[in-house]
Amino acid sequence: MTKQEALYQYLLRMGDDSLILGQRLSELCGHGPILEEDIATTNISLDLIGQATLLLEYAGSLADEPKSNDELAFLRIEKEYTNTLLVEQPNGNFGDTMMRQFLFDAYRKPLLEHLLQSTDIRLSGIAEKALKETKYHLRHSSEWVIRLGDGTAESHDKIQAALDALYRYADELFFENEVDAVLLKKGIIPSAKIIFPFWKKTVTEVLEMATIAIPKNNWKFQGGREGRHSEHMGFLLAEMQYMQRTYPNMEW
Amino acid sequence: MMEIDIKELEKNFQKKIDKDIRIEPNDWMPDAYRKTLIRQISQHAHSEVVGMLPEGNWITRAPNLRRKAVLLAKVQDEAGHGLYLYSAAETLGADREQTIDDLHSGKAKYSSIFNYPTLSWADMGAIGWLVDGAAIMNQVPLCRCSYGPYARAMVRVCKEESFHQRQGFEIMTKLAAGTQAQKEMAQDAFNRFWWPALMMFGPSDADSSHTEQSMNWKIKRHTNDELRQMFVDATVPQAELIGLTIPDKDLKWNEAKDGYDYGAINWDEFWQVVGGNGPCNKERVDARRKAKDDGKWVVEAAMAFAQKRSAKKSA
Repeated sequence: MTKQEALYQYLLRMGDDSLILGQRLSELCGHGPILEEDIATTNISLDLIGQATLLLEYAGSLADEPKSNDELAFLRIEKEYTNTLLVEQPNGNFGDTMMRQFLFDAYRKPLLEHLLQSTDIRLSGIAEKALKETKYHLRHSSEWVIRLGDGTAESHDKIQAALDALYRYADELFFENEVDAVLLKKGIIPSAKIIFPFWKKTVTEVLEMATIAIPKNNWKFQGGREGRHSEHMGFLLAEMQYMQRTYPNMEW
Repeated sequence: MMEIDIKELEKNFQKKIDKDIRIEPNDWMPDAYRKTLIRQISQHAHSEVVGMLPEGNWITRAPNLRRKAVLLAKVQDEAGHGLYLYSAAETLGADREQTIDDLHSGKAKYSSIFNYPTLSWADMGAIGWLVDGAAIMNQVPLCRCSYGPYARAMVRVCKEESFHQRQGFEIMTKLAAGTQAQKEMAQDAFNRFWWPALMMFGPSDADSSHTEQSMNWKIKRHTNDELRQMFVDATVPQAELIGLTIPDKDLKWNEAKDGYDYGAINWDEFWQVVGGNGPCNKERVDARRKAKDDGKWVVEAAMAFAQKRSAKKSA
């Protein structure tokens, strides 16, 4: 695998994580529990779509036949998307949405911090912009996990249930394969093994403050990074790709 | 208070209005002025918030990344407008949650245009261009409204609305210059939104119960029919520029009045939609009510958490 091929794959992973999570959050626009939260969720969605735009644009420039970010976002088939299973999970209730966000943000922030040192200037530039946004996302999602965990008995049970359902997807955030090996050697990305302890520390601290516990069932689900998705993904794509599929080759 | 004092206060109040001195929250104001403003500002806030739904309907299906981002930003702006308007209503003593419950019970109204469905991507263009365009016509004069907090909120809202109107027109321009399918999509959206957009200015002056008093109080600066005429005169040349046909066979230029004559508005439809029988009235209010009901446990948790924290601090 060449460096260019590996970087293309890696940018797709990051871009797809942003795109699919941004798409999920955008479903909530207009339906938030309070107006302030509607604004915050929409804002996070907007940041993620912005990150996806930059990451997929860069990826597209490295493809064998150069592609636009819109082609990559809207015209791949399901198994060509390499986002983690975590980000494609449905929004569920507000606690499910916040827990999914928190588990992701806690990974994304240290990843972006390490990417600032990437030998690839364009990637480190994207990381710098995304990091500013992600710090806010993590603060926001952490605060809600704590508030819900240490709020009422009902909210405590709901956020615990959210963690129980989503924790199994967290392990995949640290997936590594040949792509990582090639890029790691060139100093373009950090090893996922370096990122994991940062994630673990944030998660442990926040869950402790939230008075909720990591589930005993430690089974791990993987597949998204290799294009094997959950049943939810097809519906998400059908909706997201609707215009591009129905009206091919048009300018909007 | 003695009757004579109230008369004196009312006289002084009207004097301030006549001299264009802004009324601020702590100033004395007649009850009817306060009630009129609460009604108008909260209706306006509800319109912003309910207005998020028809456009929110297309965010997940936006045709490309840029359009998705712009639409998200626009709908987010509307939520922000809702927030400052609810705050402006609170300066008059209205309780935000009570105001919102009035929307959910059907007691409070919002702009009827949002009771029409959004059926294609072109509707995002039509709403931005026509609905935000009509809103600007209504709101620019409100920047000079006699009530300070409302006027100031409107200055900020209008800046953002003009960006929304431009992006809507840009969507329509792109479609109207596109393929046959896109042109048809644009014309169809225009056909469906043109008349409801004209209705946004409210009933004809002859049938408008609030206009005269609101104009004396300088809450309103133009009548409904004046604003509607301004909107038609501004919008017809824009439609012609991009090659869309106005769905009104009676539309013609009237040299004498230096404006367009337009066909009869279907006021039966207007009153039916205002009264709850529009295509989406139920869906819109149900969606807002569901958001609040589903979020109840979240709000309770946040309050319980805040209480625990402040108890810890004071312990």
